[in-house]
Amino acid sequence: MKLTREHLADLAVGAAFLGTGGGGDPYVGRLMVQQCLDEGCEVELIDPQDIADDWLVVPTAMMGAPTVLVEKIPSGEEAIASLVRLEKRLGRMAHATMPIEIGGINSTIPLVVGARLGLPIVDADGMGRAFPFLEMETFGVYGVSGSPMAVSNEWGDCALIEAVDNRQMEWLSRAVAIRMGGCAYIAEYAMSGAEVKRTAIPNTLTLAIRIGEVLRKAHDEHRNPIEALLGFLPSTLYRYGRVIFSGKIVDVMRETRAGFTMGKALIEGIGHFHSQMEIEIQNENLIARVDGKVKAIVPDLISIMNTETAEPITSENLRYGQRVTVVAVSVPEIMRTPEALNVFGPSCFGLKEPFTSIEEID
Amino acid sequence: MRIGIDVGGTNTDAALMDGPAVVAACKSPTTADVGSGIVAVLRKLLDMTGVSVSQIQAVMIGTTHFTNAVVERKRLLEVAAVRLGLPATKGLPPMTDWPRDLADTLGRHTFMLRGGHEFDGRKIAPLDEAGLIGVARTIRMRGLRSAAVTSVFSPVTPEMELRAAEILKNEVPDITLSLSHEIGRVGFLERENASIMNASLADLSQKVVSSFRNALRELSIEAPFYISQNDGTLMTPDYVERYPVLTFASGPTNSMRGAATLAGEKEAMVVDIGGTTSDVGMLMQGFPRESAVAVDIGGVRTNFRMPDVLAIGLGGGSLVRDEGARIGPDSVGYEITSRALVFGGDTLTTTDIVVAAGLEDIGDRFRVAHIPAKTIETALDTMHRMVDEAVDRMKTSADPLPVILVGGGNILVSRDLPSASKVIRPENASVANAIGAAIAQVGGEVDRIFSLEGTSREVVLTGAKVEASERAARAGADPASVKIMDIEEVPLAYLPGSATRIRVKAVGDLVIG
Repeated sequence: MKLTREHLADLAVGAAFLGTGGGGDPYVGRLMVQQCLDEGCEVELIDPQDIADDWLVVPTAMMGAPTVLVEKIPSGEEAIASLVRLEKRLGRMAHATMPIEIGGINSTIPLVVGARLGLPIVDADGMGRAFPFLEMETFGVYGVSGSPMAVSNEWGDCALIEAVDNRQMEWLSRAVAIRMGGCAYIAEYAMSGAEVKRTAIPNTLTLAIRIGEVLRKAHDEHRNPIEALLGFLPSTLYRYGRVIFSGKIVDVMRETRAGFTMGKALIEGIGHFHSQMEIEIQNENLIARVDGKVKAIVPDLISIMNTETAEPITSENLRYGQRVTVVAVSVPEIMRTPEALNVFGPSCFGLKEPFTSIEEID
Repeated sequence: MRIGIDVGGTNTDAALMDGPAVVAACKSPTTADVGSGIVAVLRKLLDMTGVSVSQIQAVMIGTTHFTNAVVERKRLLEVAAVRLGLPATKGLPPMTDWPRDLADTLGRHTFMLRGGHEFDGRKIAPLDEAGLIGVARTIRMRGLRSAAVTSVFSPVTPEMELRAAEILKNEVPDITLSLSHEIGRVGFLERENASIMNASLADLSQKVVSSFRNALRELSIEAPFYISQNDGTLMTPDYVERYPVLTFASGPTNSMRGAATLAGEKEAMVVDIGGTTSDVGMLMQGFPRESAVAVDIGGVRTNFRMPDVLAIGLGGGSLVRDEGARIGPDSVGYEITSRALVFGGDTLTTTDIVVAAGLEDIGDRFRVAHIPAKTIETALDTMHRMVDEAVDRMKTSADPLPVILVGGGNILVSRDLPSASKVIRPENASVANAIGAAIAQVGGEVDRIFSLEGTSREVVLTGAKVEASERAARAGADPASVKIMDIEEVPLAYLPGSATRIRVKAVGDLVIG
């Protein structure tokens, strides 16, 4: 499937929704892909089922604080430099690139890399949403090594990291990213086509495009976009979703610490939603509580949407006074296994509450 | 008593208000020089009421002049867009996502140089001073008179923009500079866009503000005057001269707040029909629904706080073509009184249609007697369909809401709208903008770096809110009406002691006298 400008607009919305507040405003990434299209490059998606088992797939991404990215725009060559460095290290050319994260700007970085290098982009990812740490990948959960990994900046500096495990890779590369200004561009989790089929969450790029499309069409046709979205989800791997709160933002606490956007948002209920919802943020929305009671918890999706327009709002765009509706969505089963929860379940974020699926929370 | 004035593309409106009551209102065509139109409308207003100039305590002016200039791509200066940030930011050069014609109008004089900061205050690269001198040479050679300077993370540290300004000023002494840290917030492309647009308005802002000043002087009005800002608060004239871009979208805010006041409705759709465009927005609790994220102005993305409005090319001066099937988006604008058929001109406009239909009696209706009935009917259908579709697009649910019609062009809508529960055309509807300007609020702002060490964020924020409220009160706001409108925090990780830049804006109603 070749992407057009219209797909990109839908993808940006869908990726922001799946990003659950994190992953950065996809606008900058979308513009960069648009530049590619305008210059005549092609963005070709390929279904994971259609790739050969012996292909080399090298995922590419941005790592760091979204608040930095919206200000320090990339040069556009950073992620390409990382992929090329990894090819050199592996002694093989990549057949395709792929997102490691469907949420936010990382849905678009591989599109730029693929378009510039003439590589197809595998329609799949390893987070199924957005996460703050690089080890939080189904790739790693099911046995793919994140390193060797390449981390590049706009100067052409490139660090090659060989770590003993994926956590250590995250730890070391994070320090490099902070030195690089809080935001860097990476290639990691190089894997075979067979490993993609075994470990990736399939068809999430096209899912993001479909979500954007569902919201756009509902809006154009004056149906409630949030209801339209909730009606669409059962036909996907993200089977179940519902509105868990609606109200007005009365406080946003946010700071950039150790390369992350950390904070909390407080929403005062409107209508039949009483009291206040508190959402804890570490780049992404991790947990939603009302009066100390959990209403949704990571890895299930917690997406804050503009009540009127149903636009998903990213953490850095949350503002005092906004009217918002909070939607929680179940993630695919591959992300809810004990092995997966060991890597990106609540305890991995220092939360004391255990994972309870959104289907089980009243 | 105070006077609210709205300088639109077609008409200049004025309303004399005594507290919340509208004493009198009138309108007069906007003139090419702006000032004589203001003088004319004020004379008319004073004559109508017999009020003496000494009774006037304040004059508030709202203008869409600057927005219109960008939308119409007219009266804009060519701009040197100077960006400091290489090798970062190269992926998206200045004006990347701009409409082609607007970028052409501004000349595409883009310069990207080494410089800029990281989030923690480190330099991305030392400022390329030699490069700037080269840019200055090009600016001189091309005869550019205005430049926008945007440096990466300038809201955290404006150092490089200030140094660049020094160099450019030194090399090109008469250049006008728009520095991004004075105009916008974090969010590079949006801040750069706003700064470039501000720079393109440098000439026009001087002209417009001095014409305001001269007009009031000519009438011996000595009361202070203010100009309304995009968020519905007031700015002093010298501030507007430097930051005309901050008036963007003040028109929709004024007309919507004016409409809410006039109609006594708090939940409604507002259609403000002017001479060239109609703005459609939604009132929630008496205030315009704000756009959640980025707002396009003339097709350019910005991150101002603004009402969410949809502008369509339908106004009282819009051209009617194809036997009524096609209307606008071009308009005769302020030349309506010479170019419309009913005024003896040769151009068929929407105003001619409503006169020909017998719905209004404006100008000389015999001059439109020849228009075929079918053209009239088709044009009326087209106009109503355009308005109805716009209302429908801006509504957030299928539930019908009241539609308040305001603006001089409200005469274009004479029928019910399928999307509306009822159509309200309040008294003084044609001057809602001027009324909105007259009731605009004054703001107080705190914007500085606070240390959170040895204290808590709550304590610091509370202190900042109190201080902003006090400033609003000192600027003339009624303390009882002051509330906090905006809070923004930018953590400055590079300074010790959890330093955070905190910006708090408080607003309240202006106390008169």
